[in-house]
Amino acid sequence: MAANTGMNLTLKIWRQKDAKSSGKMETYQVRDISDHMSFLEMMDVLNEQLIGEGKEPVAFDHDCREGICGMCSMYINGEAHGPDRGVTTCQLHMRKFKDGDTIYIEPWRATAFPVVKDLVVDRSSFDRVMNAGGFVSVNTSGNAQDANAIPIPKEDADKAFDAATCIGCGACVATCKNASAMLFVSAKVSQLSLLPQGQVEAKDRVQKMVDQMDKEGFGNCTNTGACEVECPKGISLDNIARMNSEYLKASTK
Amino acid sequence: MLDSKIPGGPLKDKWTKHKNEINVVNPANKRFIDVIVVGSGLAGGAAAASLAELGYNVKCFCFQDSPRRAHSIAAQGGINAAKNYQNDGDSTYRLFYDTVKGGDYRAREANVYRLAEVSANIIDQCVAQGVPFAREYGGLLDNRSFGGVLVSRTFYAKGQTGQQLLLGAYSAMSRQIGKGKIKMYNRHEMLELVIVDGKARGIIARNLITGEIERHSAHAVVLGSGGYGNVFFLSTNAMGSNVSAAWRAHKKGAFFANPCYTQIHPTCIPRSGDYQSKLTLMSESLRNDGRIWVPKDMKDVEAIRAGKKKPTDLKEEERDYYLERRYPAFGNLVPRDVASRAAKERCDAGYGVNETGEAVYLDFSSAIMRYGREKATVDGIKNPSDQKVRELGEKIVEAKYGNLFQMYEKITDDNPYKTPMMIYPAVHYTMGGLWVDYNLMTTIPGCFAAGEANFSDHGANRLGASALMQGLADGYFVLPYTIGDYLANDIRTGEIPTDSKEFDEAEKDVKQRIERLINNKGTKSVDHFHKRLGKVMWDKVGMSRNAQGLQEAMAEIKQIREEFHNDVFVPGTANEFNPELEKATRVADFLELGELFAKDALERNESCGGHFREESVELDGEQKGEAKRDDVNFTYVAAWEWNGDPAASVVHKEQLEFKNIELKQRSYK
Repeated sequence: MAANTGMNLTLKIWRQKDAKSSGKMETYQVRDISDHMSFLEMMDVLNEQLIGEGKEPVAFDHDCREGICGMCSMYINGEAHGPDRGVTTCQLHMRKFKDGDTIYIEPWRATAFPVVKDLVVDRSSFDRVMNAGGFVSVNTSGNAQDANAIPIPKEDADKAFDAATCIGCGACVATCKNASAMLFVSAKVSQLSLLPQGQVEAKDRVQKMVDQMDKEGFGNCTNTGACEVECPKGISLDNIARMNSEYLKASTK
Repeated sequence: MLDSKIPGGPLKDKWTKHKNEINVVNPANKRFIDVIVVGSGLAGGAAAASLAELGYNVKCFCFQDSPRRAHSIAAQGGINAAKNYQNDGDSTYRLFYDTVKGGDYRAREANVYRLAEVSANIIDQCVAQGVPFAREYGGLLDNRSFGGVLVSRTFYAKGQTGQQLLLGAYSAMSRQIGKGKIKMYNRHEMLELVIVDGKARGIIARNLITGEIERHSAHAVVLGSGGYGNVFFLSTNAMGSNVSAAWRAHKKGAFFANPCYTQIHPTCIPRSGDYQSKLTLMSESLRNDGRIWVPKDMKDVEAIRAGKKKPTDLKEEERDYYLERRYPAFGNLVPRDVASRAAKERCDAGYGVNETGEAVYLDFSSAIMRYGREKATVDGIKNPSDQKVRELGEKIVEAKYGNLFQMYEKITDDNPYKTPMMIYPAVHYTMGGLWVDYNLMTTIPGCFAAGEANFSDHGANRLGASALMQGLADGYFVLPYTIGDYLANDIRTGEIPTDSKEFDEAEKDVKQRIERLINNKGTKSVDHFHKRLGKVMWDKVGMSRNAQGLQEAMAEIKQIREEFHNDVFVPGTANEFNPELEKATRVADFLELGELFAKDALERNESCGGHFREESVELDGEQKGEAKRDDVNFTYVAAWEWNGDPAASVVHKEQLEFKNIELKQRSYK
């Protein structure tokens, strides 16, 4: 398929110098954008243009550019990771837009994700939730029991894997009207509660992770399900149900 | 001069014997010892967690906003381990043998054997952490095959094995961060190594949010900072992956080994335009079920390029399955270097199937139909239609490779279940890196290198699914032992002060470098220079190299480096979040490494593994046209010492001895 190389776009982008300053939307024009480009390559074009004009480029987080590191964010036209489904911003392609479009680009917005600069936010609250209990307490040892010592039903292993594919990007929080982190936290709780290795600490884990989640200022879950729709990895709402059930079990022990 | 410190005794006993003989630090003394770990990927993350569990005070640095985002996360296909769960004849020796052979006999025997030996422990450790590997219906772990081997020893988690292993290491780190045993420095970049009395005693790091230059001291420094494939600008590495930590150590005295050994991965999505910022890998595991081909007839190539024919229009006999034709024994599962050169050979001959002429097909239709027929038999469906068979087969292929197919479709807008994928080789991994001894220590006492950052285990070519194995082996099972041997002398040293003249000087140097970049106020962006460097590297130091091209490359890279320092424009200031400044410090180092890389390739006048010299090919016989190794003159590791300028670097040779394996021509025919 021949590339359409002729898109001209108007970009409205959130600019904010640092965490303390207030920000505002600025308008930019980009020309001759190919529909084979990824959204971030379009942003590269804009930044090269700004540098050429002696202006400061737009800061945004990105790294692997293949949808797995979870570094890129961006709220595009009112949707986390933009209009496509099952992708991160780095996997979003310009063929989803058309010539003459105006595109609004904002950072994730949540109390627990303060803006660092422009489109870059601080997601260390996610790390702190993990530090509270998102692990199995096992030391490195050349004497761990053989990996096949405990057979795990394929169905459980597959469900645990599906939950474990969360990339920690924060789209669920950004898209939730309550800025809730329930999908993120429940993915880790589910993964470990579905596996025999995670059972021993299951009760402690869910309580500690939920406590930390609340401390960080994430909102509550009201089951609107927007998180599941916007999640680039298709993490299921079933995980939230599983976490609630684990939490209930833990609280009534 | 180079002492690899390989323990004596029979190969299979070396590691056990070494562990029994080296010094250990009393658990009560470990709390008085600080260790800096740079990088939080499989090697750095595993090392940080394991060292903290042992009781050392660990400070870990990563440039990303969380240690969970290190580029190990993008590894797709799997991790090798000699478990022999499939009962297909695998063993520690066979994994060792395959790795040394796959590396074209340019790796150190003792290191590779140890790697094979601890590989089984890795799988046990990861399962204990809750890593959800793929399982069979009986609940036991599943395996797949990878290139260059004849057994099934690769453990996997769909096409996201790296992610699952990294999140395992990250969870082990999280536990130690929660306990305060690891102090995590996210969004920090190491810009200098600090040496006190000849020993690595700390680093200078930049806080990427505030721009502040910070001093951090420790009794030892571990570099798990990954590879340097981004010297080519376009690679499958993450945008931020860089050589700076390793290069700074190199300029302070750590020898850099075999920089020219680069892996060009055969199955990546072809580039589409000049704006391209990176290349995306399609896992080698796809070669289990995908068949690689181009049309036999040039007319078909032209018709496909013109859009008049589709690949699915071509009959079986009109296709050239060139790997199956040239390498009947290994077929589509030849090692990466062989598969890449074969693709280049067909495309250079004009048979490339896309607009740029740089693409071949990776076709799943045979596998889809084969799996579909098997499934129909299992389900008791009599005389199923082709349509039904295809439907059943697609489901099975989706279960195996679903996320990869989805990734391909998102990028190219083509559906690989219905039409073959288009692929082309791309820079993926660097086997070269900091020279280390058997203890993973560089030539600077107290400075260790682990994972892709070191050079030690893959020789001139890495086998698929072995990078994850090496990163975790180094981090979980090697370094925690060997670093104790070094640190045993430091139990009385006490905290290393950061107000010494060595720290003053290192910090001053970093600040000057940054000021020069910011105050340069040139006319061209950092990317402008990085892209030019990448083009020279790809054209003249890429899949196929010759003396004239390499000499030209050295001169051209030097020229680009000079222009960079005269004319680069870095917007913004030093004291703020400034991604352009980060890129500039990294590209400045790539511009030095690139020249040494070409020099190393020039010096090594033989073809081995990923390093292919046009002057060194087989001229006749069954192997005609294949790479020709020169064991008489080049069975050594080239370890380069910095001498003020890349072109002036001095080579030190570590002769490689093969006592347990006979050196043979690597034949996959």
